Amino acid sequence: MKKEGKEYIWKDYQKEIAEDKYFYVRSCVRQNFFPGSEWAFQKILREELKKDLFENAAHTSCTGIGYHTEIVPFETMMTVVARQFALMTEAGYEHFVSSCITSFGIYSEILETWEHFPETEARAHQYLKEATGRDFIKPKNLAHTGDIIYKFRKEIVAKGKYRLVHHQTGEPLKIVEHIGCHYSKMFPHRGIGGAEYPYVLVGMIEDWGGKVVDYPERRHCCGFGFRQYIVRANRGYSIACSRKKFESMEPYHPDAILTNCPGCPMFLDRWQYAISEMEGKTYGENGHGIPVLTYEELAGLVLGYDPWDLGLQVHQVPVEPLLDKIGIPYDPSKKFLGKDGRDLGRPEAPHFLKFYKES
Amino acid sequence: MRQVVIIGGGVAGLEAAGFLGKMGHQVVLLEKEKAVGGHVGKWDRLFPNRRQGSEVMDFIRKKMDEKVSIITEAGIKSIDTSPDGYAVVLTNGEAIRADAILLATGFELFDARKKEEYGYGIYDNVITSADLERIFREEGKITTADGQAPQKVAFVHCVGSRDEKAGNVYCSKVCCVTGVKQAIEVKEMMPAAKVYSFYMDIRMFDRHFEELYIEAQQQGITFIRGRLSEVYEDQGKVQCKVEDTLTGKPMKVTVDLLVLLVGFMPSPETKRLAGMLKINIGSDGFVLPIDGHISQNETGVPGIFLAGAVTGPKCIATTLSDARSAALQIDQYLKTK
Repeated sequence: MKKEGKEYIWKDYQKEIAEDKYFYVRSCVRQNFFPGSEWAFQKILREELKKDLFENAAHTSCTGIGYHTEIVPFETMMTVVARQFALMTEAGYEHFVSSCITSFGIYSEILETWEHFPETEARAHQYLKEATGRDFIKPKNLAHTGDIIYKFRKEIVAKGKYRLVHHQTGEPLKIVEHIGCHYSKMFPHRGIGGAEYPYVLVGMIEDWGGKVVDYPERRHCCGFGFRQYIVRANRGYSIACSRKKFESMEPYHPDAILTNCPGCPMFLDRWQYAISEMEGKTYGENGHGIPVLTYEELAGLVLGYDPWDLGLQVHQVPVEPLLDKIGIPYDPSKKFLGKDGRDLGRPEAPHFLKFYKES
Repeated sequence: MRQVVIIGGGVAGLEAAGFLGKMGHQVVLLEKEKAVGGHVGKWDRLFPNRRQGSEVMDFIRKKMDEKVSIITEAGIKSIDTSPDGYAVVLTNGEAIRADAILLATGFELFDARKKEEYGYGIYDNVITSADLERIFREEGKITTADGQAPQKVAFVHCVGSRDEKAGNVYCSKVCCVTGVKQAIEVKEMMPAAKVYSFYMDIRMFDRHFEELYIEAQQQGITFIRGRLSEVYEDQGKVQCKVEDTLTGKPMKVTVDLLVLLVGFMPSPETKRLAGMLKINIGSDGFVLPIDGHISQNETGVPGIFLAGAVTGPKCIATTLSDARSAALQIDQYLKTK
């Protein structure tokens, strides 16, 4: 495999990412799935990078899941998006940053639609005015939060305590990167590195000391794919997709999976448990799974944040094997303590997937 | 004596040069590369009868006489109108008088790297049809990147042609028959190898082409109707994901070598020259003659003529006929000038 071939493609997909003054919108599901990720993003931006990150509590879901399941019509979704832009305009910001890949895809789709069909944009202004009395200016710059972490990846590692190398052997850790479909498959030029060989997570992994694992089903769906999971009858497709990926990456012995989408880490993490219960099969070393992380979680680990502050204890696949390899200290006795120090109890261990270090 | 400047030293330019010389005109042929011959000069054997490309080149070269002078590595700075016709100014400052100009700038092969999902330039064992011809011509045997004889070889048709995503909706005409010819050659070279061909449609438009397709099937080449969705290289093997659209089944085919049948692209130089000469470019990027049926060689600009693949994909036989036709048109034009 020739790296220069990928570099040739990457140079065509470099997008502008604003330097500062971001209007931040959250995902509607990430805080439930990976509760420390958005917290970590805000902490990194404000405290480590000293950036102006503004959030308005009045912002809402982008309606993306409803739109992609054909519950929410385009006009409704467009008007909700217009309202998000209006909140940004009212706050005096021009750079719109979305925490969710689905939302990023929605915002991209709307902006592309408006670019090609100005009359549709005019309708959005009209609908929003009629519904809320608000108006908006389109963002000067649209980025996903992963783009921001990518942009400042070198600053993060420069401030960091850890690198993605085995602390005993010095070998780079082998990381699988998985990109959410709506990041660049619809609009390749809006993603760093394009659609076929996205660079956004590769850049983080490589600059933080790790090595990217290329494997045959790299492009395959994580298993979410909206209808595969949201339509209950299709859930067999969902887990089959994830299984196909695990089987494909297993021979390369990855140390972790890095993702940039709300759904991907959820399914790549939880389905490992489900597959282990169904088939007795685990994909990590010695009965462990392959830890699945968001880019904020990984950035937080590089910066030396406490794993439990990052919410890594709510992962279905334990992250301790990865922490041990990097040499990140953690206190197992505090894993299931709440923020107030109260013991939240210990989850029941799966039958096959190694969950507790001592088990 | 009238002087014709021919821009482009591929088979169209060379054939027209030979004919115009025989008709008594002085010819200056400008070629941007170090040597004339164009794409045919780099091809090993030609469809449908698999004769050596060099034989055709020899045939064309034999027609050249002292009236034809060839300037290689010729960059064109400008083309100016003059009282006599035109002055073609080269990048070295030399100005060449022209009573007529023949644009025979041909085509470029589609850059397969633009079909990112096929991994050309990234995966070691993904090559193009042009690479395979070079291997046939220079190496005489086919090997994978690690020097092994491939056991399984697959061809992908329509790479960069009939593809809106690639920006080219036209058919490049010659890739299907090239792919079938190359598949047979691979099979003959390595009879034990399994050879696949992934196609949208097999377009065997010319004489003896269909026979070649039948021969390929008789030799055991497997034709699968479906366009590849993606390619991946795993431990030296190339994995192809494709849907067999005749059976409606997705397939994963693992091969040792994947050959991409790249199509024609209008060359950027043609576009630049067309701008200088104020001649029209079609929506496909190739030059528009004034009439696609009855005036293929004329541009509507006095003294400016066209020959070969500058007006769209053509096979060699058609290109040579087109070049002769252009030579006759130019001769007629110069006689009445």
